[in-house]
Amino acid sequence: MPTDRSSDQLSFGAYLGNILLRYGIPLFIVLLCIYFTFSAPKFLTVDNLLNVLRQISINTIVALGMTFVIITAGIDLSVGSIVALSAVISTGVLKNGITLFGHTLQASYPWNVPFGIIVGLLLGIFLGLFNGFFITRFNMPPFVVTLAMMTIARGLAFIYTGGFPISELPQSFIIIGTGYLGPFPLPVIIMLICALLMHYILTRTTFGRYVFAIGGNEEAARLSGIDVNRVKLIVYTLSGFLAALAGIILAARLGSGDPKTGNMYELNAIAAVVLGGTSLSGGKGNIGGTFLGALLIGIIDNGLVLMRVSTFYQYVVKGAIILAAVLLDKIKEMRKL
Amino acid sequence: MAYLVMRGITKQFPGVLALDNVNFEVERGEIHALVGENGAGKSTLLKILAGALPMDKGEIILDGKPVVFHSPLDAMRHGIAVIYQEFNLVPYLSAGENIFLGREPRKFNGFVDFKKLHAEAQAILNRIGANFSSRDIVARLSVAQQQMTEIAKALSQNAKIIAMDEPTSALTEKEVEHLFEIMRGLKEEGVAIIFVSHRLEEIFQIAERITVLRDGKYVGTKRVEETNRDEVITMMVGREIKEKIPKRPAKIGDEILRVEGLTRKGVFSDITFSLRKGEILGLAGLVGSGRTEIARAIFGADPIDSGKIYLEGKEVKIRSPQDAIRLGIGLLTEDRKRYGLILPMTVRENTTLANLMEVAMRGFINFSRERAVAKRFVDELAIKTPSVEQLARNLSGGTQQKLVLAKWLFTKSKVLIFDEPTRGIDVGAKVEIYELMNQLAERGVGIIMISSELPEVLGMSDRILVIHEGKIAGELMREEATQEKIMQLATGGSIADR
Repeated sequence: MPTDRSSDQLSFGAYLGNILLRYGIPLFIVLLCIYFTFSAPKFLTVDNLLNVLRQISINTIVALGMTFVIITAGIDLSVGSIVALSAVISTGVLKNGITLFGHTLQASYPWNVPFGIIVGLLLGIFLGLFNGFFITRFNMPPFVVTLAMMTIARGLAFIYTGGFPISELPQSFIIIGTGYLGPFPLPVIIMLICALLMHYILTRTTFGRYVFAIGGNEEAARLSGIDVNRVKLIVYTLSGFLAALAGIILAARLGSGDPKTGNMYELNAIAAVVLGGTSLSGGKGNIGGTFLGALLIGIIDNGLVLMRVSTFYQYVVKGAIILAAVLLDKIKEMRKL
Repeated sequence: MAYLVMRGITKQFPGVLALDNVNFEVERGEIHALVGENGAGKSTLLKILAGALPMDKGEIILDGKPVVFHSPLDAMRHGIAVIYQEFNLVPYLSAGENIFLGREPRKFNGFVDFKKLHAEAQAILNRIGANFSSRDIVARLSVAQQQMTEIAKALSQNAKIIAMDEPTSALTEKEVEHLFEIMRGLKEEGVAIIFVSHRLEEIFQIAERITVLRDGKYVGTKRVEETNRDEVITMMVGREIKEKIPKRPAKIGDEILRVEGLTRKGVFSDITFSLRKGEILGLAGLVGSGRTEIARAIFGADPIDSGKIYLEGKEVKIRSPQDAIRLGIGLLTEDRKRYGLILPMTVRENTTLANLMEVAMRGFINFSRERAVAKRFVDELAIKTPSVEQLARNLSGGTQQKLVLAKWLFTKSKVLIFDEPTRGIDVGAKVEIYELMNQLAERGVGIIMISSELPEVLGMSDRILVIHEGKIAGELMREEATQEKIMQLATGGSIADR
């Protein structure tokens, strides 16, 4: 494919196509925004855009961990269930403490809220470690291990709650999901802090470099003295931790710890990561892309609701747009080669 | 005219003339051995015969008629079957199903007629004296039994010519005996057998004629009774030294590495040698003799069952590549693309990968320092790249090899193991790699060089160890080493009986 051909020789359509290819997902987002602005008058308002950011914060946080996992050429299907389990455990613990073998450990007000949150986060870390342990120690496929964990964690969430949501949560907890700092919703701020942190870890640290190396060529990484198993263990732990954090924010926003929540979140997160240009075969990807991917999904969801498109159609449209966006990226890749 | 005649076969690969005007013929009911060093062109010739590779020039005449094979299926229809070292069997199907794969007998309703399939398969298996059932699952069969399944598959297709690539390499002595019985039986039936092997004693035991290839060229064909081992070896190795090898003997210092009784069951055993500062120790031997595995074990990439490793006189435990790197041992693997480099990463990132901590503070990479390091090595090794941000994938083979070398130089290795350092590299880059090895030796680095290219081994090594079937078959000093001596040892002979 000649790349040195000047654009004036191309037809207008091809010219437009090239621009679309060059700027890919960001341009797609801009075009979509323009479209929604005209077809849904409420779309382009500060309130609505902040609303979009708040809506994507949960998915983005989950997708950040998923980005690390996918760059190592792995996958984590358990994150949706970990979101639910951490939501019910953190709310349950802050209300009722931990009861083990007849002994109850409960923090008193105001320490019950941080206690619940910490237990929820530790749980996410533990489940991520568990995933990573089986994947690295027994060389089991990540797909299978995390699929098993997806079922186990979901089951545990139901067992813990008896199937009923845990509600009537204290205001000091709910504020995490509903509060504002200045004009910015708290979940958005937490999301941005996490995204920046993950971006720095991925691009600036030796650990981030190793993540890319493992995804690019695991055996070569091992033969270069990289402790591949340790890096993978940390990656799955990180994914579990971020999923747990997302679960806590979600519970706070909904005002209840619901064992049915977080359904399909793993797929939304994978979609965001893939839209962001991270390759499922590993070795390539970035946090900015993941954020844009999550943003694109959020804008589609929001715009379609504002346009009063029926939920049933929303699924189809969303799927089609994801397919188109990734196709665009593939074409771009093929042109380059 | 012979049953099969291959005449003037020529095959060009990018940068290599794999076969240059090669002649080869086989009679009905003949066992014909095809021999040559690694890279002599035996496999390429087999693949052309099997229809798996097209030839550039030449003709194949089968039973007096010129034929052209466009695919393996095509060759099979003409009665030619090739059994490669890696079997073409589906592991979780039965032997019978494998034998008739794609040609299953069917019942009137279109379903597979298993009764007939197994009856016919069993008949063929019995014919070659197989001791297992057609209904046995291939994955549970021994290597020898799987090989019989392959032979049965060839016979079920009425093969008139069966070519076997190194069929005895994974068999026990007893199994080899049985295979030879099968081969003699087939010969009686008029089947022609092409027997590719490195084991000269076996060839003299079973074959009637021997054809020797060298560097893609036809050297000659001899009847076994008219020749001997020494003559065949001379025919195999009389290789011209095409490029000048710029060896500068370095000052050889104290012992830096010593390996005692290193054993990995079934792979290599009782490997004992030492390496000194500034010395280049060549590891010669045939492909599959265990050279690479020995290197990987020293580097901690594979586990060992027993043995000791001493570095600068002190015993060390190496359980992983991390251990080896920390102790100053580096391994330049034979397949750069698969094991040496992270292809989607840049020159800069690949250079520092094995010693990233050196350019980092508390886990954070110092990019300006990293870039400076990469630039330094690009200059020092004359790595041909537009910038240090170039992806390793876009570099040429020789440049990639230099990049791998840069990575190990940055770890300040005291012992470097080069596995096939110049494979697939053009002549100019080869000389540069040799030059770099000289410089490293002069700096006191101990070098182990594994190589299948005898001129390279002879040209660069101060001392040569020849590996044969996982054991050290002999040690040669630079002054006494010749291609013939190495090949004698590598094929299981000894120098003393000459």
